[in-house]
Amino acid sequence: MADVLDSYNQWLDGAWLTIQLTIFGGAVALVLALVFGLAGTSRHAWVRVLNRVYVEFFRGNATLVLLYWFFYALPLVGLRFTTMFAAILALGLNVGAYGAEVVRGSINAVPKAQFEATVALNFTPYQRMRRVLLPQGFALMLPPFGNLIIELMKGTAIVSLVGLVDLTRVSKNIQGSTGETVAAFTVVLVLYFVIAQVLQLFVRYAERRVDRMLGRRMPTEPSLGTIAAGAPGAGVGG
Amino acid sequence: MPPTESDEVGPGGVGGRPSSESTDTEPESPTPKDSGDDAVPKGEGVSTEKGDAAAAPLPRGEAPGIRFEKVIKRFGHNVVLRELDFTVGPGERVTLIGPSGSGKTTILRLLMTLEKLDEGLIWIGDETLWHMERGGKRVPANQKHLHEMRKQVGMVFQQFNLFPNMNVLRNLTEGPVRVLGLSRDEAVERAKGLLDLVGLGDKIDSHPSQLSGGQQQRVAIARALAMQPRVLLLDEVTSALDPELVVGVQDLLRDIARQSDLTLLCVTHEMTFAKDISDRVLMFDGGQIVEEGPPDQIFGEPSEQRTRDFLQAVLAS
Ligand SMILES: Nc1ncnc2c1ncn2[C@@H]1O[C@H](COP(=O)(O)OP(=O)(O)OP(=O)(O)O)[C@@H](O)[C@H]1O
Ligand SMILES: [Mg+2]
Repeated sequence: MADVLDSYNQWLDGAWLTIQLTIFGGAVALVLALVFGLAGTSRHAWVRVLNRVYVEFFRGNATLVLLYWFFYALPLVGLRFTTMFAAILALGLNVGAYGAEVVRGSINAVPKAQFEATVALNFTPYQRMRRVLLPQGFALMLPPFGNLIIELMKGTAIVSLVGLVDLTRVSKNIQGSTGETVAAFTVVLVLYFVIAQVLQLFVRYAERRVDRMLGRRMPTEPSLGTIAAGAPGAGVGG
Repeated sequence: MPPTESDEVGPGGVGGRPSSESTDTEPESPTPKDSGDDAVPKGEGVSTEKGDAAAAPLPRGEAPGIRFEKVIKRFGHNVVLRELDFTVGPGERVTLIGPSGSGKTTILRLLMTLEKLDEGLIWIGDETLWHMERGGKRVPANQKHLHEMRKQVGMVFQQFNLFPNMNVLRNLTEGPVRVLGLSRDEAVERAKGLLDLVGLGDKIDSHPSQLSGGQQQRVAIARALAMQPRVLLLDEVTSALDPELVVGVQDLLRDIARQSDLTLLCVTHEMTFAKDISDRVLMFDGGQIVEEGPPDQIFGEPSEQRTRDFLQAVLAS
């Protein structure tokens, strides 16, 4: 075990790469989810088709295959990416497709009466979305977004197959160099778990904020402990 | 179209209309509108027994009339309105009654553009709501036309439909700021005046979820008035309230109706309220008007059997 922990520099580097991939991949996924999710709620059929094409294509393909495309195939036709960029793109495109469905579903789940109130106040279509539907839909998006960001974080493990040294790769390297199989894979297990818990903490915090915006909670700052314990109830009804 | 400008309704502008209302509609001027000049003296009459009415900008002045011309509305095979014709005069207050499913809500929703018109014409003032002129022809309205027409119309819903992602103040200022282009200060001033009018001046920072049903409906009424509509649609606005809260909201609406020049279309099952608030009552059934007349006549000595049956059923319940 001591040998395994002595290589903490490698562990840290690996963890840092995993975190970077998660953050950048998540950012790409979030943007794509919003763009294509909103497209899915459009009044125009052709805009909704964009949503369907994107979602079905990227949801229906293995992230690893996407990565192989960006890493091996596209350079052959002259499109070159850094390995890191290829990985972020593959992860973002894949998770963004799931996210787009979350965004579309959440916006459609905001009560029709809210939409009607915005019409009665003569809001423009943009204002309806920006001021009422999106903020209320966001409350519904957060829990599934929490799942997706953790899925994405775990999904980053595939980058070890194109030569990036992430947490998974580090664990394999250290297992090879020290021979301490159980110790090496236990440490990596714990590290992934810790990262997932930290991500979950951020999502819970965001849920708290949104609950407060919707008047479901007293206007006091929650303590870290209560955030970690999770929020009771959900839905926009409040 | 120039963006809305509303200088005339400053913080103290009692009952003046946003000047934009006259500029925006100039090309096809819907109602005879002389000028803001005569809106101001009229506005002085707005003071209310609720006090502090100086800042309560109840709509005064030229309200447009409404006319339905052979209006047909279907949901699938269900023909809800069959060549419906009726007229509401400028500033007139009309109550719609009729059995469940007779299409009362549908009429209001058509006026609020929440349902699409199938056939016929709906006039608001001198303009058609669902159609516009293009090269001398009448064509279906586009979004821009609907947006212009909706400026005149406000609606209060049975279920209030306040925005839960905003506090009371923002519920009242969001429309005036974003849609009418008021400055935030003007909008806040207007909101405060209206909240005082509806008796909720102290709830300005509350969240809708912290209010009772009656209070929420008062806020919703204030929110509709903040847009300074000239036609106000009320769809069973007290039927979702606990019985003890009904009277308060009805009293408020009666005061508002008396102190403003709004054209009012009201759907209600409360006959006393209908008598109080309306100049005329329309009885609907089967997508057509069965009978119409002053409230005393319709409720007192209805001439149609269907009206008598309906009133009996309402009284029995
Ligand atoms: N969105 C819709 N889709 C299909 N049918 C509808 C829809 N809205 C209303 N209808 C039908 O139209 C008819 C008229 O409904 P409407 O709500 O206007 O009646 P109402 O007079 O307001 O009744 P109530 O007194 O119960 O409120 C009913 O038969 C109803 O089933
Ligand atoms: Mg109804």
